[in-house]
Amino acid sequence: MGAVAAVNIRKTFGDVDAVSGISLTVHDGEFMVLLGPSGCGKTTFLRIIAGLERQTGGDIEINGHVVNDLPPRARGIAMVFQSYGLYPHFTIRNNIAFPLRTQHTERAEILRKVTWAAQLLSIEHLLDRKPRQLSGGERQRVALARALVRDPSVFLLDEPLSNLDAKLRTSARNEIKQFQQRVATTTIYVTHDQVEAMGMGDRIAVIDHGKIRQVGTPAEIYDDPADRFVATFVGTPPMNLIGWNGGQLGFRPEHFLPKSMVNGGDATQFSFRVDRMEYLGAERIVYGAINGSESAQAVTAKLPLAHVPPGSIHPGEWNDFAVRNAALCYFDSDGRRARRH
Amino acid sequence: MGGGLAAIEQAMKVIAIEERPRRATWSWRFMRDRAEVLGPILLAPATLYILLLVAVPFLLAVYYALSAYTIYNPSYRFVGLSNFISVIQDDTFQQTLVNTFVFTLASLLIGLVLGKFGALLLLRPFPGRRIVRALIILPWAVPVALATVAWQWMFDSLYSVINWTMIALGLLTRADAPNWLGQPHLAMLCIVIVNAWRFFPFSIVIFLAGITAVPQDVLDAATVDGAGFWRRNYQIILPMIAPIVVVGLIFGVVFTFTDLSIVYLMTNGGPVNSTQVLGNLGFLIGITDGDVAHGAAISLFMFPVLLALVIVMLRSIRRHEI
Repeated sequence: MGAVAAVNIRKTFGDVDAVSGISLTVHDGEFMVLLGPSGCGKTTFLRIIAGLERQTGGDIEINGHVVNDLPPRARGIAMVFQSYGLYPHFTIRNNIAFPLRTQHTERAEILRKVTWAAQLLSIEHLLDRKPRQLSGGERQRVALARALVRDPSVFLLDEPLSNLDAKLRTSARNEIKQFQQRVATTTIYVTHDQVEAMGMGDRIAVIDHGKIRQVGTPAEIYDDPADRFVATFVGTPPMNLIGWNGGQLGFRPEHFLPKSMVNGGDATQFSFRVDRMEYLGAERIVYGAINGSESAQAVTAKLPLAHVPPGSIHPGEWNDFAVRNAALCYFDSDGRRARRH
Repeated sequence: MGGGLAAIEQAMKVIAIEERPRRATWSWRFMRDRAEVLGPILLAPATLYILLLVAVPFLLAVYYALSAYTIYNPSYRFVGLSNFISVIQDDTFQQTLVNTFVFTLASLLIGLVLGKFGALLLLRPFPGRRIVRALIILPWAVPVALATVAWQWMFDSLYSVINWTMIALGLLTRADAPNWLGQPHLAMLCIVIVNAWRFFPFSIVIFLAGITAVPQDVLDAATVDGAGFWRRNYQIILPMIAPIVVVGLIFGVVFTFTDLSIVYLMTNGGPVNSTQVLGNLGFLIGITDGDVAHGAAISLFMFPVLLALVIVMLRSIRRHEI
């Protein structure tokens, strides 16, 4: 129904490579997240899929057809923009109806579709208002409804939550995910927020400098990062990296625990000097340094409060910490993942 | 030492509490922070300007229009509305009123259409766009007298380059070359063309400002939603920039409706008043002929017309406000 394939997509703006050879397959019905820092080319890539930008090289296939020469309206896609792109002079009803009007849909059918989409997103009571009278969350739902009425085979969402406040973002995240599961439409979702990516994506494509660094499920991305960039971009606080035999050794802060808590299996032991602690409710973030082969290197540890009582660790002290060997990642000097231990 | 300072501070506090006038002088330092003081001061020059150069002449015009004042008999004699009544009944005035509307509406319409398409062209990247953008302002920036004289030569009965070109192209013969400024309808067309030519750079600037202010997301959304060029322009962009365009249009209407320079320089109302406009007629009768009272009455006719137009336009903006 709505599989998308990008084959070696390149895009240059003058001398600047915005997208340098991305190949990606999104399966039918899948929720794919494009994750990367700002300026990494993820939005440009999405706009190329939409047909709003023309790629310098490569092919876009939707439903098995190459759509390079098709305008956006003929690609069977619908897009939700970062600031929603609602038409400020139309009522909500006319905003949602607009894509149907351009297709010369019959009046009765427009009415039916608008009502259906409004009910699905619970915005029936807003239909006669103008966009400026709506809150951010309501606008976002209107944008989704407008995307929905076209029966697209692919949804493209460009950071749709970035204009919402933190609390609303969490509930909107749930809503979008539930909504996508209900309509089961292939979705490509661009974000720079790893929490959104981890929480919503069936799979995540991590992008940096116009290239895909890794594609995988949230668990694969987190537990088994392909390179140093993915390892440090995903996760808060980011993965600790310490110099090790010419390369680097990485481990997640939550795997870096007092030695007494690491039992069973092989573990690597470190001497950890605590500098500063942050109390975050359920956990504590401990900042410090470990005594390695090189000079002391800054690392963080995330300690569950339930298992590490507040009085057991004090700033300025050296403690014995350890990481299970299974949780260690090695990177070579180029930042690529190495298998040697 | 520290004890001494503390004592002085204590004394100052007592003084500050007890002596109210001290507080008043102190507040001068913060005058710039007080809107109720600063506002009137900053508004004063503009208010003075409007009072002296707009309100006083306007009241003077009302005063003249209600009197029998001429430069030959400069005495005030109240005649009520009889000046207005005689002006309205005058055939020349009636034709002038119609001419003024035709002149204003036609030249603004042409200017707006040219402005819209000019703005769309100037939004597209092409080599030399910056130079073209700068040059396009010229018709607006060139002194009106200079430009009108140039146009006058282009429309000249003998030396018209327009006629010369058409004859050279074989579209016309010397015998049926139009006498642009000598025939009533052609003369009106000429002043409309010149005014539209003067107005369209302003119109381009207004449209450019409006179109660039439309968020890219909205335009992209319209493209994805299947809107083509025309639908995007007339259902999305134009309604969104309408408030800006209407403000530009108000300026255009007010300036054109009251303008006399192009008519005065090019046709002086002729032939047989076919291009006469209110500004020029008021000037001819009030200043050249010296009948100040009737001249003032003619000029005051513009006021209710413009007032009504401006109110209608401003209301429509508020209704379409987005």
